[in-house]
Amino acid sequence: MSSTGETRTFGIGITEDDIFVQSQRLPVLPAPVATTGPIGWLRANLFSSPLNSVLTLVILGLLILVIPSVIRFLFIDAVWSGTDRDACLGGPNGEVGACWAFVRERLPYFIYGSYPIPQRWRVDLFFVMLAFGAGWLLWLDAPRRGLGAIYFFIIMPICAYVLLNGWPLIGLPSVDTSLWGGVLVTVVVTTVGMVASLPFGILLALGRRSSMPAVRILSIMFIEFVRGVPLITVLFMASVMLPLFVPPAWSPDKLLRALVGIALFSSAYMAEVVRAGLLAVPRGQYEAARALGLRFWRMQGLIVLPQALRITIPNIVNSFIALFKDTTLVFFVGIFDLLKTIEVARVDPKWATPVTSATGYAFAAVFYFVFCFLMTRYADRIEYRLARAERR
Amino acid sequence: MVGEKSGGWGRAALLDNPRVRGILYQVGLCVAVAFAAVAVWRNVADNLARNHITSGFGFLDQIAGFDISQTLIDYSVQTSTYGRAFWVGLLNTLLIAVLGIVLATILGFVIGIARLSRNWLLANVARAYVEFVRNIPLLLQLLFWYNAVLKALPDIRESIPIAGIALLNNRGLFLPQPSFGPGLAWAALAGVAALAIAFVWRFIAQRRFERTGHPLPVLVPGVILVIGALILTYAAVGGTIEFAFPQLGRFNVSGGVEILPEFVALLFGLVIYTAAFIAEVVRAGLLSVPRGQSEAAAALGLRRGQILNLIIIPQAKRVMIPPLTNQYLNLTKNSSLAVAIGYPDFVQIFTGTVLNQTGQAVEVVLITLAVYLALSFATSAAMGWYGARVAFVSR
Amino acid sequence: MSFSEIRSTFRDMRRGGSAGKGSVMKPSIIVAAVLAALTLPAGAGTLDDVRARGMVICGANGQLPGFGLPDAQGNWTGFDVDYCRAYAATIFNDPTKVKFVALTAKDRFTALQSGDVDVLARNTTWTSSRETQLGLHATGPNYYDGQGFIVRKALKVNSALELSDASVCVQQGTTTELNLADYFRANRMKLKSVTFAQLDEALKAYDTGRCDAFTTDVSQLYSVRLKLAKPDDHVVLPEIISKEPLSPFVRQGDDQWFNIVRWVHFAMLNAEELNINKSNVDEQLKSENPEIKRLLGSEQNFGEQFGLTKDWAYRIVKLVGNYAEVFDRNLGVGSQLKITRGLNALWTKGGIQYGPPVR
Repeated sequence: MSSTGETRTFGIGITEDDIFVQSQRLPVLPAPVATTGPIGWLRANLFSSPLNSVLTLVILGLLILVIPSVIRFLFIDAVWSGTDRDACLGGPNGEVGACWAFVRERLPYFIYGSYPIPQRWRVDLFFVMLAFGAGWLLWLDAPRRGLGAIYFFIIMPICAYVLLNGWPLIGLPSVDTSLWGGVLVTVVVTTVGMVASLPFGILLALGRRSSMPAVRILSIMFIEFVRGVPLITVLFMASVMLPLFVPPAWSPDKLLRALVGIALFSSAYMAEVVRAGLLAVPRGQYEAARALGLRFWRMQGLIVLPQALRITIPNIVNSFIALFKDTTLVFFVGIFDLLKTIEVARVDPKWATPVTSATGYAFAAVFYFVFCFLMTRYADRIEYRLARAERR
Repeated sequence: MVGEKSGGWGRAALLDNPRVRGILYQVGLCVAVAFAAVAVWRNVADNLARNHITSGFGFLDQIAGFDISQTLIDYSVQTSTYGRAFWVGLLNTLLIAVLGIVLATILGFVIGIARLSRNWLLANVARAYVEFVRNIPLLLQLLFWYNAVLKALPDIRESIPIAGIALLNNRGLFLPQPSFGPGLAWAALAGVAALAIAFVWRFIAQRRFERTGHPLPVLVPGVILVIGALILTYAAVGGTIEFAFPQLGRFNVSGGVEILPEFVALLFGLVIYTAAFIAEVVRAGLLSVPRGQSEAAAALGLRRGQILNLIIIPQAKRVMIPPLTNQYLNLTKNSSLAVAIGYPDFVQIFTGTVLNQTGQAVEVVLITLAVYLALSFATSAAMGWYGARVAFVSR
Repeated sequence: MSFSEIRSTFRDMRRGGSAGKGSVMKPSIIVAAVLAALTLPAGAGTLDDVRARGMVICGANGQLPGFGLPDAQGNWTGFDVDYCRAYAATIFNDPTKVKFVALTAKDRFTALQSGDVDVLARNTTWTSSRETQLGLHATGPNYYDGQGFIVRKALKVNSALELSDASVCVQQGTTTELNLADYFRANRMKLKSVTFAQLDEALKAYDTGRCDAFTTDVSQLYSVRLKLAKPDDHVVLPEIISKEPLSPFVRQGDDQWFNIVRWVHFAMLNAEELNINKSNVDEQLKSENPEIKRLLGSEQNFGEQFGLTKDWAYRIVKLVGNYAEVFDRNLGVGSQLKITRGLNALWTKGGIQYGPPVR
């Protein structure tokens, strides 16, 4: 693209003797200042055309308008300590920043809900177990990842259930699920969604690609039905209609119903993710597996799924992000997830100030953003790694 | 293995036949599903009968008797039925969905294109927007817009006047409402005629462009023609326009068009959230067009805007339509989060108030599911039709 | 919801060509279906279920100081809550054997219908359709209430009849919502209602100026007023626009359980009428008054006719208290709300609370 200054380029058959060719060397021009160094960068990237210059200035103006006031609100004017709303009412004009004192005082509630205080170590232990399992699975070069999968999908859920719900026989008093709340519930709902959606999603994806019409049609019906309706109606259905579907003696726990709803919902979406992976496995792989005499499950388990799941890891992580964000909807069926605890705390007259709501939401936003962002980055890195492996 | 198999002809061999096995599995599955369906049906019937819960759809004809804050069709507390409330809710949902889709598409395209801009600042601001908005739950964003932003607007007594004709306060935005005289039908007729002429002109312009390569202006003259025809005809038949300006009453603003803060918050939230996803769809679509296309276009002397409009977007469209359809479906489904901020959408009115007043959970939830499935299929079908229209025609 | 990335990616992949198809069986689905199909026989009676479970499950409010509200540790207090404790007291001789389930107005009936809760004690109005359509029974009003309005003093409104064209915040799925529409219609006033699923949301909306007035049962108005940022800037209007007899609800078809829930309330009323309270109930056991003897079970055995024990009413009074004690502790002079007895005084004292005789 760029013309090359003083160098002489000769085509075929053109020599320096030709009349139209410059034969004297011109003095070397200085490099234009504006293509190198910081100024050059600015010109190339911010002010390359009049339109771009205007855009740059407008955006700069907007940023100057927004960012300092956000920083002022979140940090400089913020109230960091206090015991009730008086601390956050501010001066006569009510000019005050975020009321972090409110978050500080309510933090245990945001994390554990009403989980009995002497029992909260159980929740902490659950968080540690979960982080351990997640780390094991997410670190692709970790040793014995097969064992990690067994831990995450079988051992940990059972231990977590016993730990959180309690088992008086071994000295853990039972804690009713109506007392669970905050981050605990958010994490439990997300985890159950993840743990349930993978196996069911894989089954549904295989079902949708089955050669048996009955299996295929039922899988398609389930997947398209769930994907066609909002999560909120699935949750309503689980919480209002599930009890009518089963004999009265069964009447499932409120949290359990929401979990069933979330599991169904995320399975349908996971099925589509896995199906995409299955579609990407070349036909030759199936044919080769068949030629080796592998039966269906061995073919899927040994040849197809390992490849299909590997290339879908980024998408699986992305669907976990979506699931994590969607857990906020259990709000509507009366379950105290993080957002709901913030909503409850926000209207508490003890802390009612003009900035309480914004502070609570800022806290929740930071929480969700940090986790989702980390997971996005992780998915991107895996994607990059897979792409590199592909190229090689 | 071969030896084993060839050894016994009989039941084992029959079971080893994949086709027979397949049929057996399917029969088993169908029986199981039917069994489960019957069990569920019987449980529901049992539970309803034992608890003396009324069933059936007769409730749709009963008088609803509750007020709805935003109604697009006539609805009165005295006479309207639950069936009418159903339509009010559905229309409110459709209103937010259609507006949301249009606005989110516009904003999404702008941000998606901005992400690929050569302007470093613009590209990064767009990127930050996408990253930030995508990673925060929509429900949280809606609550933020409603409870932290719109509620912070001034009280009704301290309404902010906008250009002297509109009012803004924490109860919404109040705009002047135009009312037209009797000549409106003539003006509309003229408008339709002008529109037809504009289309004919577009056809001619296109033919000429294909023949000679000289473009003729289409959009601007078309718009002028239609608007001009509307205004001139209306003036010619002596029509008048009167504006009802919003005015502060004892309690509320009276007159004018009222835009509820719940509506604004929901629209804002949905548009901002969905636009971030559409931006990613747009970016992926634009990047999917081979670089050679834009280089060739540049070599032909097209300007950047022309390259984008004439070369890139028509090709990118094909890639973008399926994921775009998904975003539209998501937006429609996400509009049900209106419940959280009190906008009277379908779920809030029907699955909320109607369910509660009638207590007929099974019927109401079934209708709700059916409505959303129908909306989803309709959107998919419409986008599928559009996708087929813009698809490559291979010759 | 936001599965755009995934979808776009797999659309791309799908274009890459189709792979082979395999046959699938789904043992897990078959197992699930068989399990689901097992229809267990319905439980015997609610009382037996409660006994077997070892606790009463009680649908309560959860947001309303005075009627039902858990603190940060999950300890519940309130008028309706004490009724739940009375049921546990009379069945188990232990008022703590209750599990409270916080229910919104919106999902309270489905929770009772589906058997999630044994009894709904959540300031719920007794209406005909709730008995005919929902398959529930009100067991008798334990609190006679009426709907009213609260407005800002600054508006200088003295009567609800001046509220034409006002925006009114109201909770969704309540009789309140219907009464509001009725009242405005009957008085030819223009209504702009703004509905919310939760009482707190509706109240918060009113507090931030979204509405001019907030309407709910008067007892609740007194209670929620304390939740406003500046309680003294607001005033409750004098009009009572509806009859709201609040009653515990049970499912139809279980008369034994219905009787227990209904007579726990009557026992508390009779105890007040006979001057039996928490502190003197042990002395009263020795009373010679035949009515007291019948109530406390020192003579004849009415408790067993309910499926309870002889000392069923003694347990209620001893462990929870009589009606006056429960009222005063939660709503009346002993509480922050300071609601007067009014209609809820005993019939002997100018109210309409009347306990039929135990005999």
